[in-house]
Amino acid sequence: MDKILLAHGGGGSKSAELTRSVFQRFLRDPLLLEMDDAARLDGLVFTTDSFVVRPLFFPGGDIGSLAVCGTVNDMAVMGAEPLYLSIAFIIEEGFAVAQLEKILASIARAGRESGVRIVCADTKVVEKGKADGIFINTAGIGRPLFKKPVEPKRIRPGDAILINGPLGLHGVSVLTARGEFGLRGKIKSDVAPLWKLIKKCRNLDIPFMRDPTRGGLAQTLNELTHKKKFGLRVWEDKLPIPKKVAAVCDLLGFDPLHVANEGKVVMVVSRRDADQALKILRRQPLGKEARRIGEITVENPGRVVMATRAGSERIVMPPVGEILPRIC
Amino acid sequence: MAEASELPRLAERLRSFPARPGTKIMEVCGTHTVAIRRSGLQHLLPAGVKLVSGPGCPVCVTPDRFIDEAVALARQGVVVTSFGDMLRVPGSRSSLEKERAAGADIRAVYSPLDALQIAGESGKETVFLAVGFETTAPAIAAAALKALEKKISNFSLLTALRLVPPALQALIAGDTGLSGFLLPGHVSAVIGRQAYDFLLERRLPGVISGFTAEDIISSLLLLLEMNNKDIYKVMNNYPRVVRDNGNEKSRAVLAEVFEAVDAEWRGLGAIPVSGLQLKPAFAALDSRRRFAIPNETVRPRRGCRCGDVLRGLIDPPACPLFNKSCRPDRPLGPCMVSSEGSCSAWVTYG
Repeated sequence: MDKILLAHGGGGSKSAELTRSVFQRFLRDPLLLEMDDAARLDGLVFTTDSFVVRPLFFPGGDIGSLAVCGTVNDMAVMGAEPLYLSIAFIIEEGFAVAQLEKILASIARAGRESGVRIVCADTKVVEKGKADGIFINTAGIGRPLFKKPVEPKRIRPGDAILINGPLGLHGVSVLTARGEFGLRGKIKSDVAPLWKLIKKCRNLDIPFMRDPTRGGLAQTLNELTHKKKFGLRVWEDKLPIPKKVAAVCDLLGFDPLHVANEGKVVMVVSRRDADQALKILRRQPLGKEARRIGEITVENPGRVVMATRAGSERIVMPPVGEILPRIC
Repeated sequence: MAEASELPRLAERLRSFPARPGTKIMEVCGTHTVAIRRSGLQHLLPAGVKLVSGPGCPVCVTPDRFIDEAVALARQGVVVTSFGDMLRVPGSRSSLEKERAAGADIRAVYSPLDALQIAGESGKETVFLAVGFETTAPAIAAAALKALEKKISNFSLLTALRLVPPALQALIAGDTGLSGFLLPGHVSAVIGRQAYDFLLERRLPGVISGFTAEDIISSLLLLLEMNNKDIYKVMNNYPRVVRDNGNEKSRAVLAEVFEAVDAEWRGLGAIPVSGLQLKPAFAALDSRRRFAIPNETVRPRRGCRCGDVLRGLIDPPACPLFNKSCRPDRPLGPCMVSSEGSCSAWVTYG
C-alpha cells in the first residue's frame, strides 16, 4: 500500500487493512487495539469520530445531527450513558454563516435529545478549495450503566440477533440527496440518538451491541463473528429492508446489507431475555419495528450465513472497496 | 412473476426434478450469476445438474488493453468517466483507481449522460469508457447523439461495447457439453427472442429469464423439462419486461450511431462482428481518433484463468489464484473485480 484510496475510508475490509498494516504499527495502546467503538476507561467510555458527509443536508438530518448521534451512539452501544461531547469544526473559507447556524441548531437539538452536554469546542478555517464546506469532529465521554457487561466474550450459541427497525435508510437517503444517479425522492435518513432506546434494556443480558453504520449490517455481523468459535445465521425473510431501499439498491447494484444506517442498533441478546428485549424495544418510538433477525450458531464458526427465502443458504460477506464514499 | 409464497414450492419442484444426468446449463449473464448465488440456488439443483457461468459480465470480458488505453488517456490529463466497476480492474500496468489516487481526474458515473454533463460543465476533454452489452449501448448511443446536438465538442467515447449473440455463437461452435442456456433478461429486452434462433441449429434450448429467485427457478425448470423431452426452443419467461421482438427503438438508435465490427473478448479471443464501433459520421466522438494512445504490448496475466471461467470450462475454485492471491479486496483478474464476475460471486456468497 503506497497511497490512500477512497476505499480505505469505506469502513470495509480495505479500512481494516489500513488500520492493521499502517496505524497499528505506530499506535499500540492495548485499549486502542481492542478495536471497540469506544475505549473502556476506569468506569467510563471514551470515543471519537469525524464527519465529512456530502451533501451537508439530506432528508431526515444533516452533518450536525450526524456528528452528535454518531458519537453518542458509539457510546450507547457500549452500554454507556453519553455524558459529555467535544466538538471541532474545520470550515472552508467562504462558507455561509446561515448554513453554519442551521448546522449548529441541529447539533443543539440532537444534544438535547440524547441528553449529552457539549462542553468544549474548537474551530479552524482553511483556504477556499482546501475543504469541502465543513468537516466536524466529535469526541465523547460516557458512563457504562448496563447491569451485565456488554462484552462479546459472553456470547453463546442460541443467543438472538435483534435489530430495532428498517435497514439502509441513511445510505440511500444521502445517495438520493446527491441527485447523482438521476435518482430523486425523499427517503429520510434514520439518523437518531439511540441511548434513550438502549437505556431501557440496561437490566437485560446483552453481550453485544453495535450500530451498523458504514459497511452496513453485513460489516457489523462479520466483525462480530470474525475469528470466533461461533457462527451466525440470519433469516432473509426476517430482514427489514424497505421496498424503496431495495429498489435503489437493485438499480445501483448495491447489497442493502452493505448500506449505512445511523439510527439502528444490532443487539445480541441471551436466549432467555430475547422476548423481553423485543417487547421493551417495541414500546419505544425508535424500536417500533424491532425484530429478531437471526441467531448465534454452533455451526459455521467465524461466518455469517443467510438462510434464503428459497430455502437454501449463502454466506454474507462484508463489503469490499469503495461502497459509498462520504456517507457520514 | 410467481407470488412470493410460491417460492418454497418452486424450490422443492427444482430440488426433486428428475433431470437427465450430465445436464449442464450456462447462465450467460453476470446479474444472473449473482442472483443465483445470493439466493443459494446452486444448492437446490437436482442431482446431475450443473450451472456454469458464461461471458455475460461486461467488465470481465473487456480485454486488458482497454484498461491500458484508459490509463494512458488519464495520464494525458483527460477527464476519464466510467461505470464504477471498471475503476478497480487492473490493466497490465496500473488501474484507474490507482491513477485517481495519483492525481488523475477519474470519475465514477452511473450513466453516460452524467459523463456528458461533466464534459459540459468542466469544459475539459472528457472521455466516457463505453463498456457493456446491448443493455447499456443504447444509452451510450443516445449520449453520442446528444453530444452532437448540443455541440459538446470536448466529449468522446473509448468504446469496448460487445454483443451477446455472436459470443454465444462462437462459444457453441466448439464442444461445450452444454445442455441449454439461461438467457439474459435485460439484453433480451433490447434484442428480443428471435436473436437467439441460432441456438436451435445446435439443438440447444434457451429460456429468457428475469432476476428474482422465482424467475430463475421457473426458468431452470422450463430448461430441464425441454432437455428431458428433447425440445429445442427459445422461450421468453420474462414477458413482463421482454417483448418477443425486443425494443425496436433502442435498436434503431444503436444502428444510427454504431456499426458491428470484429472484436476481442477476454477468454474468447477475437469474435467476428461481436463489437460495436462508432460509425464514420460519429468519428469526431471516437477517443481513439482524437488522442494519440500508445499501443503497447499487453503483458499476459500470470496464472489467471478468467478466460476459462468465462467460457464455462472451469469453476472459479479451479483457478490456482482463486481466493489465494486473487481476492475481492485485492483482485488480480477481472472476474474477481466485477461485482457481477463469477469469481467474485463465488467468494461473496459461498
